[in-house]
Amino acid sequence: MTEAAPVPVVTVSNLIKQFGRFAALRGVTAEFSGGKLYAILGDNGAGKTTLLRTLAGLNQPSSGEILILGTNKFHDICQYVGYMAHPSLLYDEMSGMENLEYFARLYGIASSTRCAQVIRSVGLDPDLDRPVGQYSQGMRQRMSLARALLNDPRILLLDEPFSNVDLHSATEMVRLLVRTRDQGKTLFIVTHQASLLEGAADEFVWMESGKIVGRTRELKRPESAR
Amino acid sequence: MSAPTGITRATLLKDLRLEWRSKDAINSMLFFSLLVVVVFSFSFDPSAEESRQIAGGLIWVAFLFAAVVALNQTWAREIRNQVLDAYRVSPAPANSLFIAKTLGNFIFVSVLEALMTPLFVVFYRLRALGPVWQLLLVAALGTWALVVNGTFFAAMSLRTRSREIMLPLLLFPISIPALLAMVQSTTAILNGEGARFWIVLLASYDLVFTTVCLLLFETVLNAE
Repeated sequence: MTEAAPVPVVTVSNLIKQFGRFAALRGVTAEFSGGKLYAILGDNGAGKTTLLRTLAGLNQPSSGEILILGTNKFHDICQYVGYMAHPSLLYDEMSGMENLEYFARLYGIASSTRCAQVIRSVGLDPDLDRPVGQYSQGMRQRMSLARALLNDPRILLLDEPFSNVDLHSATEMVRLLVRTRDQGKTLFIVTHQASLLEGAADEFVWMESGKIVGRTRELKRPESAR
Repeated sequence: MSAPTGITRATLLKDLRLEWRSKDAINSMLFFSLLVVVVFSFSFDPSAEESRQIAGGLIWVAFLFAAVVALNQTWAREIRNQVLDAYRVSPAPANSLFIAKTLGNFIFVSVLEALMTPLFVVFYRLRALGPVWQLLLVAALGTWALVVNGTFFAAMSLRTRSREIMLPLLLFPISIPALLAMVQSTTAILNGEGARFWIVLLASYDLVFTTVCLLLFETVLNAE
């Protein structure tokens, strides 16, 4: 008996995203299975962030289609998606806990226990009273990751989660992300620090000029991407 | 998912907390209004009768200009660190955000009015000949007219390069009917005349524009 092919959690068909006359995505077509960690790599301007923002529902495709968990209606599945952007998406004047308590309400999470739990999971102290504006860049990144994890998403979209994070903390973050993947979640991580994900990522997705030009199991730029 | 009212409440409390800590909007509005009161009181020396004729226009123009400061601030917070994106990717309804922002601005501008009105009364020796409760009604309806459109247009001009200029350009022309009703009703009440027509006009304006803003806000929020 042949093994059934895994059902894709994300299907992208001929996705084009234009900003005025500039095409940031030029016909991206791909399928991504569940329970995997995908590292999306490429030079600046390759379209990685645009792809992630489009998957998050923040950019509308100019043409083409995205199916997430079988639907193209983002509003139906947004409670299953977590998104971490390059900026922190946090209020500088509030503490980490206050920020998370507010965002938790948007997802219908009323308990502070969950907020404290995710803050601890990224290695921060939920009782830290300082406003986020006074955090170091690394702490802010980790708090931003905590916000993305808050709703226990099935799909996690992370844009440059390791930027400005020291090596020790970044390694800890990778361990947390691997644990999250092992719980059956699907992760898409845009990063320029690909070496951190060597051995952790299931697949490296290489982008260039708004297209996916290769997918590899190892951290090795494919011939097509050169 | 939380009920929309729960999200509105959480967003409103968050905005009040942020304003309490920074006092950005209230300080700028107070300073601006104070300048208007003092400068105009030195420029003119009206009699009690003349004051009743000009006060309606003066008060509402001062509050309109001051409100623009608060309206710009309210969305500036959401743009910093792109926090608005965190709301957009959540399942929370767009209108909960709009209502919370409008209520927040209503509170800020009402606080300003409560603090500045006594100064207007003293500097311009104002004494209403009509019923004061009608003035309170006009204040509530007029403030809502300013903030509901202001919150909407501030969101619309959010992604434009010069949003501080864009907001008054969009807001002032559309506020002319409301401003007219606010000024005319205030002047009528101060002079002990009937203001029923203007109050009904103001209430109708509020109803129409609140409905239109609620219908269109989701499109504005998700515009690229």
